This record gives sequence, C-alpha cells and structure tokens, in this order.
Amino acid sequence: MEAVIAAAVSIVFLGLSYAMILYIVSVGLSVTMGLMGFTNLAHGVFAVAGGYVTLTLMNSHGVPFFAALATAFAVVAAASVILERFLYARLYGASELEQVLFTIGLIFMAVAGAQYVWGPFPQRMQLPDYLRGQISLGFRDFPTYRAFMIVVSLALIALLWFGVERTSFGAQVRAAVDNRRMAQSLGINTGRLFTLTFALGSGLAALGGGLGAEILAIHPAYPIEHLVYFLIVVAVGGLGSLRGPFIAAVLLGVGDTAFKYLVPEFGAFFIYAAMIAVLLWRPAGLFGRG
Amino acid sequence: MKAWKLGLIAAGLTTSLVTAAHAQTVKIGLLLPLSGPAASLGDQMDKAVQLYMKMHDKELPPGVKVEIIKRDTTGPNPDVAKRLVTELVTRDRVDIIAGVVFTPNAHAIAPVATEAKKPFIIMNAGTSVTTTLSPYIVRFSFTLWQASYPMGGWAAKNNIKRAYTTVADYGPGHDAEAAFTKGFTDAGGQIVGSIRMPLQNPDFVPFMQRVKDAKPDALFVFVPAGRQATALMKAYSDLGLPQERIRLIGPGDITTDEELPNMGDVPLGVITMHHYSAAATRPANKAFVDAWKKDYGPNSTPSFMSVGAWDGMTAIYHAIREQKGKIDGDKTVALLKGYKIDNSPRGPIMIDPETRDVVQNEYLRRVERVGGNLANIELETIPMVKDPWKEINQKK
Repeated sequence: MEAVIAAAVSIVFLGLSYAMILYIVSVGLSVTMGLMGFTNLAHGVFAVAGGYVTLTLMNSHGVPFFAALATAFAVVAAASVILERFLYARLYGASELEQVLFTIGLIFMAVAGAQYVWGPFPQRMQLPDYLRGQISLGFRDFPTYRAFMIVVSLALIALLWFGVERTSFGAQVRAAVDNRRMAQSLGINTGRLFTLTFALGSGLAALGGGLGAEILAIHPAYPIEHLVYFLIVVAVGGLGSLRGPFIAAVLLGVGDTAFKYLVPEFGAFFIYAAMIAVLLWRPAGLFGRG
Repeated sequence: MKAWKLGLIAAGLTTSLVTAAHAQTVKIGLLLPLSGPAASLGDQMDKAVQLYMKMHDKELPPGVKVEIIKRDTTGPNPDVAKRLVTELVTRDRVDIIAGVVFTPNAHAIAPVATEAKKPFIIMNAGTSVTTTLSPYIVRFSFTLWQASYPMGGWAAKNNIKRAYTTVADYGPGHDAEAAFTKGFTDAGGQIVGSIRMPLQNPDFVPFMQRVKDAKPDALFVFVPAGRQATALMKAYSDLGLPQERIRLIGPGDITTDEELPNMGDVPLGVITMHHYSAAATRPANKAFVDAWKKDYGPNSTPSFMSVGAWDGMTAIYHAIREQKGKIDGDKTVALLKGYKIDNSPRGPIMIDPETRDVVQNEYLRRVERVGGNLANIELETIPMVKDPWKEINQKK
C-alpha cells in the first residue's frame, strides 16, 4: 500500500512539473489564437528564442539564471512586437490556410537561422547549484529543479490569472475575445490590445523555453519537434481561455507520466488517445466556445 | 533546320567525349540528415567527408575527380530516403551511394542499391540485419551487437547481478536490448525488467522512476546518440539513481564525445563499450582529431559517426584508385571484401569478406575528467570483434 501511494505521489509530482512547462509555453498560443483568431504555428519559435537568450546569457556572459530569464522575457516580448506589427498584422484578415503557411514558413526560417547562429547541437544547460540534486519531503525524494519549476510556474499562473480576471487590461482582453466589434465600439483600442497580448504571450513562451530548457533541450528544431504537444494542449483545452489549457496540460502531463510509468509499452499512446477522446466528446476543447 | 540540330548534337557529343577522356568524375550520392532534429548527426559525418577529401584529393589517380552530391533525408524517414536515392541513381547517375545515419533509411535504400548494382557504403546505421539486405552493402560503422553483447558479459563479471534495460523502441534499440540480454544472461546475470521507450520522447523521468523502484544493480541504456542521451542522463541524475547505487552502462552512443559537455557532471564514472573515443591516444586518432580541430575549431570534436564517414571515404578512395576512376558496382564490393584499414582513428578495422560488415576493436571506457573536460577513457580492448548476431545466427 505504501509503495502504491509513493508511486502515485511520484507520478503526480513528475507529471505536474512536465505539465507546467507545457502550460507556460502553450498559454500564449491559446490566448493569441482565441483573441486574434490567428493560427500562429510559429509560437514555439518564441519559446526557443527565450531558451537561446537565457542560455547564451548564462553560458557566455555569466548572467545568473533568474536575471537571464527576465531578460529573455523582455527581449522576446519586444522582438515579438516588431514581428507582430510588421508581419502578423498584415495577415489578420487572411484565411487560415494563408496564416498556417505563413507561420510554417516562419518556423523553417527560424530553424535555419538558429542552426546558422548557434549550430545544430543543443545548448548546454548548467543549472545553478541550489537547483540541482534532490530535496526530501520525508517519505520520498524529489528532484529540486522540478519542484522549483512547479512553484515558479504556479506563481506565474496566479499572476496571469490575477492580471486577466482582476485588472482593467484583463477586462479589455476578455471583452475583445468575447466580442471584438462591441469592444471596439466601446472605445477599446483593440489593435494596441492585440499587440500587447501578443507580446505577453510570446514573453511567456520565452519564459517557458528558458525555464524548461533542462527538460526540453534548446536546439534549432525545437519549434517543430514540440509543436504537436503545444497544439494538443491548446486543442484539448479550448481556444481563448486560460483555464482550459491549464486543465489540459495537467491532464496530459500527469496522464502521460502515469502511463509511461505504469505501462511503458503503451507510454507513447496515451497523449494521443486522450486528445482524440476529448475532441470527440467536446470538439471545441474542454473550455472552448464551439 | 535538321542539319544544324545534328551539328549541335555532334558538337555536344565530341565535347563530352573529349572532357570524359580528360577528367573522370566519380559521383558519390551522400544521404544524411542535414536539417531537422538529427541535423547535428549529419553535420558530423558531412564534416568528416569534407575533411577527408581536402586532405586526400591528391591521392586520386590523375584526371579523376570526386563529386559529392548531398541529399537531406531530414531524419528517420524511409520514404524520403527511398525517393532521394532513386533520384540520385536515375537522374544524377551516381557511382556510389554512401552515408545514412538511421537504420530505417538504410533498409529503404538497400533494394534500390541492389537493383541499380551500386555499392552502398554505410557510414553509420548499425542494426545487424541491415547488411544482409543487399549484396552491395559494405558497412564501415558498427553494429549494436558488437558493443552491447560484450558489455553484457563484462557486467556479469563485474559485480552486476541484476540489470534493468531501457532502450529506444526501434531497430537498433531492439538489437542493443537483445545483445546485452544475451551476453548478460549467458554469463549468469539476471534481467529484472526491460522498457522500450518511444523514439520521440521528450521526458525520460517516468521511465527512470520505474527503474529506481525496481532497485537493480545496473541500468543498461540505449538511445540514439545526441540530445536524447543528455535528457536521459539528466533524468537519471534528477531522480537520484546514482545515490541508489544503480550504475549506468550501455553502448558508447549514450556518452558520445560531442554530447559530454552538455551533460554536466552526471556521466562521470559511466561505463560504456564502444569502438571509438575522441580521447583515444593512438597516433592515428591524435592526427585525425588535430586535423579536425584545425579545420572546425577547438570546440568541435569528431564523433564515432565522423569516424564511420572517414573510414568509408578511405574505402571509397581505395576503390577509385584500384579501378582508375571507373567504378563498377560488383568489382567495388569485391575489392572491399577483406579490405583492411590499419591506421583508422579507431584502431585496425577490416571488412569481413563473408558478411561485408566491419570487424573492429571494442573498447571498454569510463567517463573521466581530463583537463577540465569529460572524456571517454579507454580501459580495456576486446580485439577484432565480428558482429556477434551474425556469428550466433549464422547470417551472411
């Protein structure tokens, strides 16, 4: 019995740490897709850019982990504003196919660019000493870094929720998601709102990329390799919501971990089977407006 | 109207005949992953090919040129590999097919090589059965059995009674698992569990937790060389398996020289069996590594894949010299049967005339810190290992 409980605790803990990274990276995608109706497959590019900024600062300039993460957020958010203004804004009215083709092209360019600048190998991720090793919670040991990731991610999520649910900016965003025209006629500058939201989403992705670099290694093909997972989180969670992708990420992260631990032979299937089941049941995702 | 057309054709023919007499170009179709997640592997082999050509072009017969036609397989994509090799053979009219990182691609290429009667020089893909798929295949890399089978025997003799195996769920992974299990259990060891992990796997922690709970003496691992090995190594350390005295062992793919810097201190003391370490002190290897670093910078290190490509090029140049630049498929394969390279960076190697597979030394290595950097230090040599799978199963 004790062994069963210990195993269950491990599964939940390890699954949560994986889920948090998935959520932090994907939430921006959910909001931009829901808010702007823009199919931005290149979202992973912002995550990997955040990873590159974080690791380059740490490895080559000796910047501490947290400062590097904050810089990555700022740099990527700023860069995404430029991209949004000059590239994305031109395709807001375009068809989904055009948006998909455009963002896929952007991925390929980013992959080739990253390979040119940083080479094909993954970047070295050397955690600060205090995040390495294990911490004991009495009955079982847990990897320190993963515990840290859960704490930081939960704090970020709380902050995000507060921002969207309790501030005027958040109210404007929610209004624009619900009914863009009505929001505009109430005098909300939706163009500026989009730019800000896009920057926030991209910055969060950058944070996710940097925070998760120990687990999802930073290398040129990152945006393609993990695209499927980010899309699954958003699709299962439902577009435009904060809660949906969170529930989806936890469900998929913990479920994936549980299956790989309990029945490793079928470990790879769970995430896809769960996605198909949820989408059959609710085609718009768990919290989507269908 | 007709006259000038004929004239043109005639003129074209004469010029092409004239140039043919002066310059014989041997075309080599090189299939590698040059983009996508496996691009770093293709890059290691591509660099070795370029370096070899730069250093040895003067050894070609007079008037003979080598032209490399590179094609990007983008990863383990047999359908892409098949299309590319068909184009190389029919449109580019290559004389030799070479390269290939992934076994599934090699298996897709094999029938095309047979049909076109083109020598197929495998520079990496290491599943045992591969060489039996076409009489035109000659392999200069390794087989998983070559490393994992003796690894099993070594483990059983070195205080490892209970072992757990975790391998990537594809051809080479199955080979590594079978080879280690046979070597280990034949020598009296006991396998307490085995997991086949999905090939595209972002997080290894659940598997490592399972291994930890089984409390074996050692964990035998095979995942494709590269960042998967780093991710696995981190999960192994994160979950505290070293503190539980679960030793990590495997073929050298899990501690490749170029990945070691990304792994932190985790791999210190990891024992692997492999045919190549960039840290080896043989003069031929030192010369090779020096030339590499001179061209590609001090931070670039050749891997076993580079050496596979390097030796493959040595063999191709040998075949070109022997045939004075006119490559015949059957003659080339005949020339390479029993072919020996005494001064390969990995030590002496030979092509088994029966199986067309490589015969080479296997080295038992331990990861140690040398001058601030981690390196695979060779401890013991098992000389001239033939592919044990073919020996056991009598395959040719």
